Amino acid sequence: MGVKVGVLALQGDVAEHIAAFREALAERPGSSVTAVRHAEDLTDLDALAIPGGESTTISRLIEKNGLYEPLAEFGGGVFATCAGMVLSADRVDDPRVRPLSLIPMHVARNAFGRQVDSRETMLEVAALTEPFRAVFIRAPVATDAGDGVEVLARIPEGIVAVRSGRHMAFAFHPELGGDLRLHRMFLEGLGV
Amino acid sequence: MKLEELRFGTELIKRGFASMQKGGVIMDVVNAEQAELAEEAGAVAVMALERVPADIRAAGGVARMADPQKIVEIIDAVSIPVMGKARIGHFVEAQILEALGVDMVDESEVLTPADEQFHIDKTGFSVPFVCGARNLGEALRRINEGAAMIRTKGEAGTGNVVEAVRHMRAIMGGIRGLSGLSSQELVDQAREIEAPAELLIECAQRGRLPVVNFSAGGIATPADAALMMQLGADGVFVGSGIFKSANPEETARAIVEAVNHYDDAKVIAEVSKGLGEAMKGLDVHLLREDEVLQTRGR
Repeated sequence: MGVKVGVLALQGDVAEHIAAFREALAERPGSSVTAVRHAEDLTDLDALAIPGGESTTISRLIEKNGLYEPLAEFGGGVFATCAGMVLSADRVDDPRVRPLSLIPMHVARNAFGRQVDSRETMLEVAALTEPFRAVFIRAPVATDAGDGVEVLARIPEGIVAVRSGRHMAFAFHPELGGDLRLHRMFLEGLGV
Repeated sequence: MKLEELRFGTELIKRGFASMQKGGVIMDVVNAEQAELAEEAGAVAVMALERVPADIRAAGGVARMADPQKIVEIIDAVSIPVMGKARIGHFVEAQILEALGVDMVDESEVLTPADEQFHIDKTGFSVPFVCGARNLGEALRRINEGAAMIRTKGEAGTGNVVEAVRHMRAIMGGIRGLSGLSSQELVDQAREIEAPAELLIECAQRGRLPVVNFSAGGIATPADAALMMQLGADGVFVGSGIFKSANPEETARAIVEAVNHYDDAKVIAEVSKGLGEAMKGLDVHLLREDEVLQTRGR
């Protein structure tokens, strides 16, 4: 059966998320990947990707577009990267961001410093047999994860990959770099 | 995690940083207060400057990198990325900006060029660069030198969008013109526009530039910003247009929303109401040859 994925398209690397999910779903007939800009775009979606970008900007646009409640009450699985991880948390270290409380965790923005401290590394991720080439760009980390949150990867700075029910969140960018193993793991976990 | 496995400043990191700015507005600011206002209004990044381009025009003389003290003040004031401008070819200004912790360097024609033959070799830096371009050949030459992001040059500090439109149409039209060309014709076209053939072929295959392409140089209103988005920009830089307007705070918010809803005229109409006077602006046809900024760099 096909999977219907939406990508929150307010700001950030939306096109990269759409391209990655289209590739991951290429062999699932009846699947679709669409941009979400209005509350009605969420109808019937099995999953929603919240992309990387500037979390302060995206948070402001969520409010402006009346999307806070519809997103916080979204019933499908959420695949969140970087700024998306910040937004999916229930606590954030910055009052300029109003998190959606989808995953019980505390997230710190820009945990690595300036852009020159952004990095690529081969990361050990639980449930993957081979390391994942993770690219961190002005990335956040989770500083604690609540009950029922499975920590999939951790580095000295903090937690960088989690799974909570059907939701997954990453401090790095699985949508960049062409490795779709985490997308496939997420899609399997949806149980569609 | 072993430290030797860490890699900094790769192409993926630099271009990825630029991708995170897409759909956003990058605003010129000259102090911490303006930077905070820009962040509050929803800017994805700020450009830290000594003066906005309109004031650089008015001041005359040699325009250089901003005072590092000023850049640090702006970095300390906001959580969004901070960019800084270096003169074309002035790799030491770029080294200084990188050392200060600037998140992206703009090798900019708005400042007085330091080298009339060579641009900065941007591949040697960990910090990503954005460069101006007027057409496809110029954009690809900059990407070949290591630029992670392109912005159309427009004519900065004029509040007149006509040159930004000309340059965006030239780049988008240049890419559309590649479709249907044979591989031999693509190589010939690359020679014609003085661009590396492999980058031109990549454009033909992808139907777009290999990096993010923003618009800049003359955007003064929410409608201007939406116009550039509809013409194919991935986002916009707004320089003098915000802090030279009658109401910077409202103008900044309105431009952010106009970029977000660039294809929805009702929203653009709503956010454009009662903003007061936009910056006065200049007729680019009346500029003397030495006052034109876009012809700096090649």
